[in-house]
Amino acid sequence: MRTINRWVVGVVVLAASLLALPQASGVRAAEAQTTLRMTWYSDGNEGEVVADLLRRFEDTNKDIHVVLDQVPYKAINENLPVQLASGQGPDIARVSDLGGLARYMLDLRPYLKDAAYWEANYGPFLQWMRVPGDTSSIPGFTTQLTVSGPFVNKTLFEQAGVAMPPPKATWEDWAKATKEVADKVQAPFPIAFDRSGHRFFGMAITQGAAVFDDKGNPAVIDDGFKRAAKLIYDWHNSGVMSKELWGSVAGATYRGANEEFKNAQVVMYESGSWQISQFDKTIGTDFDWVAVPTPCGPANCSGMPGGAALVGIKSTKHPEEVARVLDYLASEDVAAEFYARSLFVPGHLGLARKGLDYKDASPAANAALKVFSNSVSQLAPAANQLQGYPANRVILNAVISRLGQAVAGEIVLDEAYKRISSDIEQQLAERNKK
Amino acid sequence: MSDLSGSTELQGAPAASLLSVLRRAGGATLDAGLDTVSRLIDIPMRLLQRLIGERRMAYVFLLPNLAFFSLFVFVPLVINLVFSFTGGESLFPSQRPYVGTDQYAYLFDCGSYFDPASCRVDHFWRGVANTLRFTVFQLVSMVTFSLVTALILNMRIRGRGFFRAVYFFPVLLSPVVVALVWKWILQRDGLLNAGLTMIGGQKILFFVDPTWAMFWSVFVSVWAHMGFYTLILLAGLQAIPSELYEAAEMDATPRWRVLWRITLPLLWPNLIVVIVLALIRGVQTFDEVFVLTGGGPGTATLMIVQYIYETAFASQVQNFGLAAAASVVLGVVLFLLTLAQLTLTRRRGAS
Repeated sequence: MRTINRWVVGVVVLAASLLALPQASGVRAAEAQTTLRMTWYSDGNEGEVVADLLRRFEDTNKDIHVVLDQVPYKAINENLPVQLASGQGPDIARVSDLGGLARYMLDLRPYLKDAAYWEANYGPFLQWMRVPGDTSSIPGFTTQLTVSGPFVNKTLFEQAGVAMPPPKATWEDWAKATKEVADKVQAPFPIAFDRSGHRFFGMAITQGAAVFDDKGNPAVIDDGFKRAAKLIYDWHNSGVMSKELWGSVAGATYRGANEEFKNAQVVMYESGSWQISQFDKTIGTDFDWVAVPTPCGPANCSGMPGGAALVGIKSTKHPEEVARVLDYLASEDVAAEFYARSLFVPGHLGLARKGLDYKDASPAANAALKVFSNSVSQLAPAANQLQGYPANRVILNAVISRLGQAVAGEIVLDEAYKRISSDIEQQLAERNKK
Repeated sequence: MSDLSGSTELQGAPAASLLSVLRRAGGATLDAGLDTVSRLIDIPMRLLQRLIGERRMAYVFLLPNLAFFSLFVFVPLVINLVFSFTGGESLFPSQRPYVGTDQYAYLFDCGSYFDPASCRVDHFWRGVANTLRFTVFQLVSMVTFSLVTALILNMRIRGRGFFRAVYFFPVLLSPVVVALVWKWILQRDGLLNAGLTMIGGQKILFFVDPTWAMFWSVFVSVWAHMGFYTLILLAGLQAIPSELYEAAEMDATPRWRVLWRITLPLLWPNLIVVIVLALIRGVQTFDEVFVLTGGGPGTATLMIVQYIYETAFASQVQNFGLAAAASVVLGVVLFLLTLAQLTLTRRRGAS
């Protein structure tokens, strides 16, 4: 029996050694390769595009392997900040709360091939990614420049026999026209706004909202703001807007109407340039849709700028490799391909000047991209200031949360104004506790 | 193992004999190993028993479980308490400034606790009011429907096994799945509205009306968890001696009196378990209602736990201190409720 036991043990040891051999050689190979984790969210097809670009990067850079973790947008806003605060974040992340997360971002300058190229092409947007007082770091590059603005279901207008308001028409003109269309074609949403403070300010700034005082401190409630809030409130009560978006959830929860728009239930949808890719892909020829310039208010016809950036994370153990990946993705040819295939307004000044060839886009998508690109020049200073304010989400969240309550009939507008001011004040005070 | 045996039979006698040898060799090795381990443990255990006495040995065996429990329950509890006395945005307690009872003072700064609008943190108090409302409705409905279902399923009806399985099935589903399924049923173009329009009715926007939103939150919660409570009550019903019912039948006691005098008193211990569990679950409610209504319309179905979650994680300034203070308040409420229920049970048991 003892002989058999020894024999069995011998066979097991031999088999284990044979199995371990290739593993060991694999370990040696892996040791030479650096693995980077990239956290990414998508609005449209940009996840597929970046995955393809990274595959090509890895083909020529065998020493770097990038693991692309594609997560929902909610995870970027809620989970990633906690990960970053605990020092357990990824090496690279695509984020939209640029100011809020700036303190976790890596200054890439010491590792970049040509920092001047970054400054020249991404310069104006880099300030959005810097902590207050910092005027020189390069944490990443804008994967898209977004502008808020409306999409219109042209087919519904044609079916209703109503003329579309011309460029420079006011919000009130659009409200009247879309309500008429919706009544005639039985569409449940004459106007739908994303439930988002960012979208609300797209309109508030046209009404003259200044958002900040002369010293640059938040002073959100002014006449322009109140005019916009009153419009939104009244539209919900008169049926121009349905309470299903703004009134149906609590807090700052985001609700979009992209599904409703794709199902031809919305006449005019106030959203932004990031929707073009998915509308192009999913609506196809089902109906005619167009992007129109932001309607005007007494002050201007500005939208709200925004953007997402791909940034290096300070806690990475491989800053040089992170910079190599970002250098590749931010390079002119690669960035041009990324923006063109994702149907994004470029956040790269050189490419914006040259103009991009959106080869894969339909005529409708191309026209929409042109409308949004043109609206960049219409942006009001207050809109740019709000986007560049590091704690802008404190303002945006307070506004949407309290206006949501007013729309739902829980509080009156005056109470909402008071609450917005006190919410912002309390959150900023909490942030300043050191 | 059965697969291995099967394959050996197919491969013939030599392989079968090899397997049996391996099994015997493995079995003997295992026995020998276990024997050695038990001998190794035996010596220090005997020594320990001699040292601390036989009665205290029970604590030694409880220690591993207690260590895990402490690590995952007590330690987070203490950390939460520490957070509630700190402010700022930092995640690590060592980097957070001590603010004393400021977070609690801020939380309890109210003109009247019965009017959330008069409170500085109105969302928290709206959450408290909604949670109370939800818990009362959910508790009454849960106990009533579970009891009635258990009584019916305890009777000799056809397909009893099938119905028991049907009522228990939703318990197996994830709360998020349950909420998503019901959301699809109840939304503007959902199944229910399709049915309503088919019979000539109007679509109802259930999630825009506060009353409907609360009704469906309670309904979905009861639907999803009733099976579990029914099972507890069913076990209690089956433990009641049948002789009592036979005696009542011989005395021609009316059925309602049998229920009132025999069934309910003997089912009381199980009912108390159901009430306590449903109550605690009601106060802790988050996932189903969050997915179903998002706390809306307005804040009509915003529960305390959702408030805590949003304060800590969904705001740009992640206010862990305030969220921790709200968690402590919630914990105290739960503790008091459990204590009250336990006292009630003991009194009832003693009487």
